[in-house]
Amino acid sequence: MDPIQELRASAREALPELDIFIGWEQGFDPLHATPAFIKDSQDMEGLIWNPLCVQNLAGYLPWLKDKKVGICVKGCDSRSVVQLLQEGLLKRENLTIFGLNCSGVLDLKKIQAQVPDAGNIQEVRFNGEQVEIFTLRETYRLQKQELLPLKCQACMYPNPVLADHTFGQEAQPANPDQGQYFDLEEFEGKSLQERLEYWQYHLERCIRCYACRNACPLCVCRDQCIAQTRNPHWLSEENNIQQNLMYQMIHAQHLAGRCTGCGECERVCPMDIPVLALKRKLSQIVQELFDYEAGLDQNAVPPLLTFQTEEKNMEPRGE
Amino acid sequence: MPAQDRGELRIIGFLCNWCSYAGADTAGVGRLGQPTDLRIIRLPCTGRMDPLFVLKALINGADGVLVSGCHPNDCHYSEGNFYARRRLEVLKRFLPVLGFDARRFEYTWVSASEAKRWQSVVSDFTEQVHNLGAGPDLARASS
Repeated sequence: MDPIQELRASAREALPELDIFIGWEQGFDPLHATPAFIKDSQDMEGLIWNPLCVQNLAGYLPWLKDKKVGICVKGCDSRSVVQLLQEGLLKRENLTIFGLNCSGVLDLKKIQAQVPDAGNIQEVRFNGEQVEIFTLRETYRLQKQELLPLKCQACMYPNPVLADHTFGQEAQPANPDQGQYFDLEEFEGKSLQERLEYWQYHLERCIRCYACRNACPLCVCRDQCIAQTRNPHWLSEENNIQQNLMYQMIHAQHLAGRCTGCGECERVCPMDIPVLALKRKLSQIVQELFDYEAGLDQNAVPPLLTFQTEEKNMEPRGE
Repeated sequence: MPAQDRGELRIIGFLCNWCSYAGADTAGVGRLGQPTDLRIIRLPCTGRMDPLFVLKALINGADGVLVSGCHPNDCHYSEGNFYARRRLEVLKRFLPVLGFDARRFEYTWVSASEAKRWQSVVSDFTEQVHNLGAGPDLARASS
């Protein structure tokens, strides 16, 4: 049976026990999926599962902590769920996790770069490794491989790490021999001055809309976020590189050892600022120093909330 | 005459109340000569160190940041500096990705009685920052 049929059947079966079921449905055109909040069994017909289901739905869960929720997760999304469970922000007994083995989602910005009339999409079909996009005027046949976002190119966990039900064929990690952080290796070929200029160039555009923070499943401080509080007053309302960089530092540092690399921050950025790299760097450092990856084990102690009296991967500094 | 005109750089020091701040005081009382580029901020413990303090200082024009606390195993609160060590090590490795030279930031341990050691920590770090020169000026770049 088609995974989507199985998913719908299984979700229908679970629905009477749930307050709400969260999955994806078609958005305003065939190229866009949008989160679906389903309470009625009839609406399950609209549920979809394809490489356009880009949103990480785990971000909704902390707001629904005391509700019985059924949720669809891809491999990467499942790590956000595990991380939230580890931090005590969710109750496992309230969750029914519908895991979807995933062979990569598409980066809509890359599609829009190749499809000039992306506003007129009539149909999108997935044909193995090919994505066929039908607009009013033309048909585009694109290679899926070339449309993957960075997180999928570097994906190590395509299958959910935690799920009650799993659907679809088990997927293989992307390109394991190119290394999980190949993008950072490339970035670090730049000199310090070039890196500084790179961030100045990108952060000059930041409009501080806070979309990256709002979309982040692990940014859970809500109204207490220090990027906006007046007391303490970390940031002013000025829009300049210093304030924008400081804002990104607040986001990134608060995710050190927690970020699961789901890439929502970068996906939702209206100004196309490559902010995921900052979080990936922190994840890489945490992995090097503490041999730890976030979002894999809900019983693990997060590395920055513990210590060893003798740290094995650090040079002594005048001890 | 402003300090900058005398060739001084702006170095921010975050010192814990119990060891390094007292160590700096001991060095002062002992009249050990030190460079005057360092501005000291006293913390209750290096466990209070938020990596954002360092980032905010560097982004807003500090040329160097030094953090110093009690030696591991000697923390007044038993374990504050152990947590700090992890956070600060992550931060030190993170700075280069932004384009900041990691040598503009150091963290170390100086006890209340180590006046000599304090003198050499400050002198060495100040020299290190002077060798790098003034830090990147993000404010000028954005105007």
